[in-house]
Amino acid sequence: MNFFEKLVSLDRRFIYLSLGLAVIIPIVFKLVLPVRVSEPVRAAYESIERLTEGSTIMVSIDYDASSEPELQPMLLSVLRQCFAKRHKVVLLGQWPLGLPFGEIGLNAVSGEFNARASSNADSIVYGRDYVNLGYRPGYRALMVGLGREFRDFFAADYRGTPLDNLPLMRGVHNYNNIDLLVGLEAGQAGDEWIQYAGARYGLNIVIGSTGVVAPDMFHYLQAKQIKGLVGGLQGAAEYETLVKHPGTGTAGMVAQSTAHVLLLVFIILGNIAYFVMKGRKQP
Amino acid sequence: MTSVIGTWIAAGLTLAIFSFLYRDNPAYKFAEHLYVGVSAAFAVLYTWAFDIWPMLVEPMILGRGVADPVDRWILIVPACFGLLMLARWIPRVAWLSRWAISLTVGIAAGLGITGQIQGILLPQIRGTLLPMNSIDNIILVVGVITTLVYFYFSVEHKGLVKAGARIGVVFIMASFGASFGYTVMARISLLIGRLNFLVTDWLHLFR
Repeated sequence: MNFFEKLVSLDRRFIYLSLGLAVIIPIVFKLVLPVRVSEPVRAAYESIERLTEGSTIMVSIDYDASSEPELQPMLLSVLRQCFAKRHKVVLLGQWPLGLPFGEIGLNAVSGEFNARASSNADSIVYGRDYVNLGYRPGYRALMVGLGREFRDFFAADYRGTPLDNLPLMRGVHNYNNIDLLVGLEAGQAGDEWIQYAGARYGLNIVIGSTGVVAPDMFHYLQAKQIKGLVGGLQGAAEYETLVKHPGTGTAGMVAQSTAHVLLLVFIILGNIAYFVMKGRKQP
Repeated sequence: MTSVIGTWIAAGLTLAIFSFLYRDNPAYKFAEHLYVGVSAAFAVLYTWAFDIWPMLVEPMILGRGVADPVDRWILIVPACFGLLMLARWIPRVAWLSRWAISLTVGIAAGLGITGQIQGILLPQIRGTLLPMNSIDNIILVVGVITTLVYFYFSVEHKGLVKAGARIGVVFIMASFGASFGYTVMARISLLIGRLNFLVTDWLHLFR
């Protein structure tokens, strides 16, 4: 059996092992590559940066554990930027299983800021600076309904506190009181936000999405239906670079690159072997 | 201590799922069934805690957050439609569930039509009406037109239409390639996330 015959009949477990090593070695040795920020990500960052201090930003957690590696770094970066600019954050979600990730992100980032705070005014306080509304069913109907009145769907927040008992929410009734929506999307909810909150109510929207969803979002960006787009782990790494807080997104980029190179090598070798074997079979 | 136990459970389950890459085995099956069961239980709890309790029980039965009695008792209507959904479990009255399904289908269709027209069709047409003064704009307009030509089946694809459709196929293939590339990136990202967890949070190989 020659080289190409061996290649064609290669055990798939060898490919899994190679891919595992290509990913784990850069992680263990903490290899880092410089990250170049693309225009869609910079536009997303600037959309938040340009808002006046104290603006209200709604963050929608539309993902769960299966997309956490890509979208959680985006959430953390966006929250760091928002709290640094003293923007108010209203968090909610269309995926019930994703809400704990929103709560984890809020607790982690508010904790970072509060550890450095010297007074109550410097601190990030629940109810004053951020609120977690939680999940309500309804999807499209909810997106349309929030344009009328938040209280029709959220009488209380994630912790059961009535909305009017939260200082931040006293002035928030509908999309007129929201300056920007940041949708973190692992599915169709991004399209729905654009169609129902963006097109109908003129809400400004920035999308952070998984790599699978990102290609379907570029046409919205081109048509100026969204202000910016953060796509996949690469986008997360770029956003971390912009907020000057490298995290798991940046740490994963070398592993991402080595895995891609390995896959390219396998695709090229596989095709060469296929054509060589095909040529030998033909008389 | 709780977080240490949680990390060990998560690491064990991750390795159990990864073991499928070698071959199917009882550890993988256990982790798979556990995941399905936990997800189902979590969904039931969420439905109660974030749906039935705050949107039906609290306003209608306990009267919390509702000033107008009409707003309170009108909730009987969606509650009844919700109960009709459960009629599917009783063969003799299963047909009643169609009323509830009709309602949801009607609402979804109504919202869907307006959303598609207002949110996609019109803005995307507007986004394609571009001056042909740059390479980007020319590629975009040619791509849209030739792709539409490819999906135009009212005339036979020959001559100019055939040429346009061929160019359209190239754009469609480029689009598929981009989607596939992004999908590969996304799947590798998930692997990175899990291995990062194992190396950092579980084994503490680096911080």
